[in-house]
Amino acid sequence: MVQHETHQAYVIGKRVKTRFSSWTLAALAIAGLLAVPMVSVLSSFMTPAGEVWRHLWRTQLVELITNTVLLLAGVGSSTLVGGTGLAWLVVYHRFPGHAFFEWALILPLAIPAYVLGFVFLGLFDFAGPLQTFLRTTFGQGFRLPTLRSYGGVTLMMTLVFYPYVYLLARAAFHGQGAATLESARSLGRSPLRAFIMVTLPIARPALVAGVALAMMEALADFGTVATFGYRTLTEAIYRVWYGMFDRTAATQLASGLLCFALGLLLVERTSRGRARFIETYRRGAGVTPTVLRGWRAALAVGACLAVLGPGFLLPVGQLSLWTLKTLQAGQLAPAFGTLLLNTLYLAGLATSLACLMAVVLAYASRLHSSPSVRWSAQCAALGYALPGSVIAVGVLLPLAWLDHTVVIAWLDRFLGRSGGLLLTGSAVGLIFAYLVRFLAVSLQTVDASLTNIPPSLDDAARSLGASGSRVLRRVHLPLMRRGLLTALILVFVEVMKEMPATLLLRPFGLNTLAVEVWKRTSEAMWQEAAVPALTIVAAGILPVLFAVRLSAKR
Amino acid sequence: MTHLFAPALALPRWFCYADRISLGDGVDPVLSLHQISKSFQPEVPVLHDISLQVETGSVVCLLGPSGCGKTTLLRLVAGFEEPDAGEIYLIKRLVSRPGLVVPPEQRHVGMVFQDYALFPHMTVSQNIQFGLFRWPAAWRRTRLAEMLRLVGLEGMAERYPHELSGGQQQRVALARALAPAPQLLLLDEPFSNLDVYLRRQLREEVQAILEQAGITTILVTHDQEEALSFADTLAVIDQGQVVQYAPPDEVVQRPLTRFVAQFIGLGHFLRGEMHQACITTELGEVPYASALSLTGEGRRVDLLVRPEHVQLCNTSHGTPVQVVHASFRGTRKLYTLRLPSGATFCALFPSEVTLHSGEVVRVTWRPVDLVVFPWQETPAIQAD
Repeated sequence: MVQHETHQAYVIGKRVKTRFSSWTLAALAIAGLLAVPMVSVLSSFMTPAGEVWRHLWRTQLVELITNTVLLLAGVGSSTLVGGTGLAWLVVYHRFPGHAFFEWALILPLAIPAYVLGFVFLGLFDFAGPLQTFLRTTFGQGFRLPTLRSYGGVTLMMTLVFYPYVYLLARAAFHGQGAATLESARSLGRSPLRAFIMVTLPIARPALVAGVALAMMEALADFGTVATFGYRTLTEAIYRVWYGMFDRTAATQLASGLLCFALGLLLVERTSRGRARFIETYRRGAGVTPTVLRGWRAALAVGACLAVLGPGFLLPVGQLSLWTLKTLQAGQLAPAFGTLLLNTLYLAGLATSLACLMAVVLAYASRLHSSPSVRWSAQCAALGYALPGSVIAVGVLLPLAWLDHTVVIAWLDRFLGRSGGLLLTGSAVGLIFAYLVRFLAVSLQTVDASLTNIPPSLDDAARSLGASGSRVLRRVHLPLMRRGLLTALILVFVEVMKEMPATLLLRPFGLNTLAVEVWKRTSEAMWQEAAVPALTIVAAGILPVLFAVRLSAKR
Repeated sequence: MTHLFAPALALPRWFCYADRISLGDGVDPVLSLHQISKSFQPEVPVLHDISLQVETGSVVCLLGPSGCGKTTLLRLVAGFEEPDAGEIYLIKRLVSRPGLVVPPEQRHVGMVFQDYALFPHMTVSQNIQFGLFRWPAAWRRTRLAEMLRLVGLEGMAERYPHELSGGQQQRVALARALAPAPQLLLLDEPFSNLDVYLRRQLREEVQAILEQAGITTILVTHDQEEALSFADTLAVIDQGQVVQYAPPDEVVQRPLTRFVAQFIGLGHFLRGEMHQACITTELGEVPYASALSLTGEGRRVDLLVRPEHVQLCNTSHGTPVQVVHASFRGTRKLYTLRLPSGATFCALFPSEVTLHSGEVVRVTWRPVDLVVFPWQETPAIQAD
């Protein structure tokens, strides 16, 4: 009898082990799949393409790299100053409208840089209303400094990317509490000196991480630099690919851009780790803010408005105005419905796949936290640092290869007809690129909500007779509902906004809202671009409101 | 005997849960551990060569300082960890050995967690019914009502865990673990999250509930008071080994190692020298029974001084000691006292006695059970 039961138990033990490893296998498969674009771009280093490289080097490479580095430096330093300054203002001071500004300052995050860029061009360019008015008032010779310059591009990106620094800096300042600052003041430092000598150094990892995020976004941006005619690596990839049909050169450029991105990623990761370490230091009471009055209060409100105005109020106002005009004139393009449907379809598909994969990855590392699973989650999350253009190139190369070898052979063999470009001609590549780029967004959210569930709940459910899948269904999924919803919304909005990968990978004739914005703005038809742009902005405000609700809860 | 159980095993599984059919014949242990070892890092054993038997219906307390491996032992029994060596049997059925672990959901072992681990998205009744998903609906309802009555939460069935007090959450956790009628109940420091007053009250309630349910229980704790009041049998664990496995009074009266002697109660060791019929110490001469194995003229020994056995004595018979420190222990005061040689020990005096630090008083020592160990020898490890 005992013998028999021993045998049965042995079988049960085995079965359970194999079931667990299927989660591991799924995680590894996802990571492997998502790493394909990066590997294919990196492997172009190996391919001998000396001729192209030398040509690029002679003609434009120096300019491209210089421009890119300058842009990164400009955006990095100005977001650092702006984001940190505003966070300092909001955390340590009270002034009229403080509660409103505290969350409203996140709002520019909802505006894609290319939308802000074209609104500014429409308003302040040579032919725009402002300059026309100034010319009629002050004579024909009157000029403003041109927006289509390094300064203009940096300003646009700073206005929309500073919230990354602002958010992390604010969290870091709040997290430190009052103790460090107060002990510095009790040792005879003025509030400002105490802030500079104590608070800022402690918050440094968070600030560095925020700046790295802003710089990643600047590196990935295509729409703004292209509309402003500022030549960077991202923009060159598109130009070389579409204008010259030179795939080798585009890939070489992409690998250069990839190096920048991975460098930024390294900086961001290491400082995030340190930031987490420092957060555990928190002790004691919260910050005691200084109440500002009189001209100081006015200055504080002015500073907030100076950023919020051009970064959010102006573009939203102008877009609404243009949209209203279009609607009144009955000029809304009949294709708008199709555009919207296309966008929703692509974003919906990519979002649900991204969340599914995120659940698999996160659950695999909860069940079996082996190094291989942890590495595959890390690897799958790398994509958020990669510019869309790099991913697009990295997706196209292997897909085209598959199309030309495997798919054509299969079609020949099984259907008896020679097929076209099945993979590159469909939205498969685009969806794949979205997954590579945005899986990190969903993974982070899903993983956070899963980590919040204490492991003793798993144990309790298991000891009450529930199997692994029943635990997932009855305990984890219901508890993760909020996190999953957040992940869905975040990824959805990111996919809606995405421009360079969409432009490079969309199948012929498939247009989305972002593509429509690009088409219209490249022809300087600002008003026509307003309706799709406003739709994207409206969707983008959703996750910001989510973030506001979350930070209000803390 | 096995043929007698065959019909019971042929019945549907819920039948075994529903009625408290004992699958053992009443003499077999519910749980037996054979030479269990476990380590998480190589070279650092958490548990080493543990063997234990838990009889049906008894309450066993695993007692030891933090980090001694007692929670790991509990998790091994529940099936959350795999042993590196040894075997675990639940009612004669092999459930764990290296390379084989019957998963926790197939063990019929209930567990109450330190943080209760109530499912926050489920009501009290959903929580309690979580483990009854294979039962027919009517039985499930009956069992739910029975459990609510057992833990005294009849009106609370539709509340969510966050709407309950700590003590109520604790009782829900207990009801949830007991509902599927497990063969064995494991409690992992169940009272450590509660404040002192609630802890004592709840301990008595839980004790009553367990008695009524008549279930075999293993309780993990580092609180000796809790262990002494709860247990039928005490397993004192030190550095991954069971150093004594005996009823509480035996552990108190005849501790097997120096560790057990010092861990239970607030005893201190005092140097002594053995002579033919007595041991001489700084606190006077103590007669000893010849049964002690530590014979030998002039042998140096350590004797355990328990605070309860020290009395104030203001005649010249007493030994003069200096008061070092005093602290309240409810109705009594615990004094730390220093002998002229510098050795310190504790004494419990009624709280109306007020002594000040530095004051010199006279005390006598009347040990009830003589606990003697060889002098300064490192504690010999004696597994039961």
